[in-house]
Amino acid sequence: MWSNTVFSQIGRFLILVFLQVFLLNNINLAGYINPYVYILFIILYPLDGNSTLLILWSFLLGLCIDIFEDSGGVQAAASVFAAFVRPFVLKYSFGVSYEYNVVKLSTAAVSEKITYIGSIILVHHLVMFALEIFSFSHIGLLLKSTFFSGIFTFVLIYASLLLFSKKVE
Amino acid sequence: MQQIIYFFIRNRNFLLFTLLFIISLLLTIQTHNYHSDKFLSSANAVTGRIYEIKSGITGYFSLGSENKKLLDENLTLRKELEYFRENFQPNTPDTTVFPHFSYYTARLINNNYSHTKNYLTINRGERHGIKTDMGVISDRGLVGIVNRVSKNFATVQSILNTNSRTNAKLKSSGHFGTLIWNTKDPNVVQLIDIPRLAELTVGDTIVTGGRSVIFPEGILIGVVKDYKPDTKDDNYYTVDVALFNDMTSIEHVYLIENSYAEEILELENAAGDVE
Repeated sequence: MWSNTVFSQIGRFLILVFLQVFLLNNINLAGYINPYVYILFIILYPLDGNSTLLILWSFLLGLCIDIFEDSGGVQAAASVFAAFVRPFVLKYSFGVSYEYNVVKLSTAAVSEKITYIGSIILVHHLVMFALEIFSFSHIGLLLKSTFFSGIFTFVLIYASLLLFSKKVE
Repeated sequence: MQQIIYFFIRNRNFLLFTLLFIISLLLTIQTHNYHSDKFLSSANAVTGRIYEIKSGITGYFSLGSENKKLLDENLTLRKELEYFRENFQPNTPDTTVFPHFSYYTARLINNNYSHTKNYLTINRGERHGIKTDMGVISDRGLVGIVNRVSKNFATVQSILNTNSRTNAKLKSSGHFGTLIWNTKDPNVVQLIDIPRLAELTVGDTIVTGGRSVIFPEGILIGVVKDYKPDTKDDNYYTVDVALFNDMTSIEHVYLIENSYAEEILELENAAGDVE
């Protein structure tokens, strides 16, 4: 993993916004499926880091994407929500080892990692599409968008974790 | 007092989350308003400039097809001009009369079509005379309506936006309806409220109706692709309209200003107040 100082945090923030706005938002697979890889920021945030700060960071991150996308506060709301539930997701995916602060994303078991990443993506995408569509009569569209975009996001996030993780000796 | 402070410290995550979540919700709901804050949109100076730089680079990749489109349009206009020259007496234009509609050109620097509420960004703003509520068309037809304007940029509410309502009609019979979008396909929009007694055929042309002050009458929209009775009211049709425009690859657009818009709206408002 990258070292988790404030500077690498800011660097990661800028790179993810740039990637999301100029590359990922233009993929439009099958007309409407885009991956939202920028939540990698929330996933990679130090597991023992300050969770209050993470909520603030996530708000800013989502708001940046929103301004570029003209989507009001949809991404900001979804990111803040994902950041808020992250401690619960962590507890639920890693169990006791999280509470003793011994978990590392690079060394965790594959099934635990998948649960953690998958849950964050699911929560984020559900809130995001619910707010974007903003109508009870389009539940089908909501579930369909969440499912396809979610899978796309998951594949890209998992692949980038594999690519950028340090080899474990 | 200490208890209150402890309460805040203990629940700081939840309180911060609630605050920020409510702010985001307000921002989201605000975009459902037509004239919302322009600062938090891509028309602001920073994002506008970034998008302009980006489109300055990516614009080169589509130069070929864009040139072809412009040539095609020139050809059509030339043919039309020739027709007028042959058939009508040339008379000197009266320069004291303002044209009813005036046109501006702009380049799209950001295009969106994968959401349910899509907005486009163009590289023209207040400085170039752009105002909100101007109509936006391309060489092939309807694109949207300007909704936010900053000094150098503006955003356009695309017809591919569930908030958009455009007055449109059948070219052949003149029956009016309202153009909406059901979010399914970026190249197909829906025309609702067409009365059952209208004769419809697949392939009929749909044009703007001219009942709004935004678009002049007769701007091309698309052709009838499919039609069926409305699910709620059997007396009306819902028509699927295949757009002439490929909304996924627009680059150059025209903006239309109706110089009488203000006067008409003022009159209509005054009439509404009397009732």
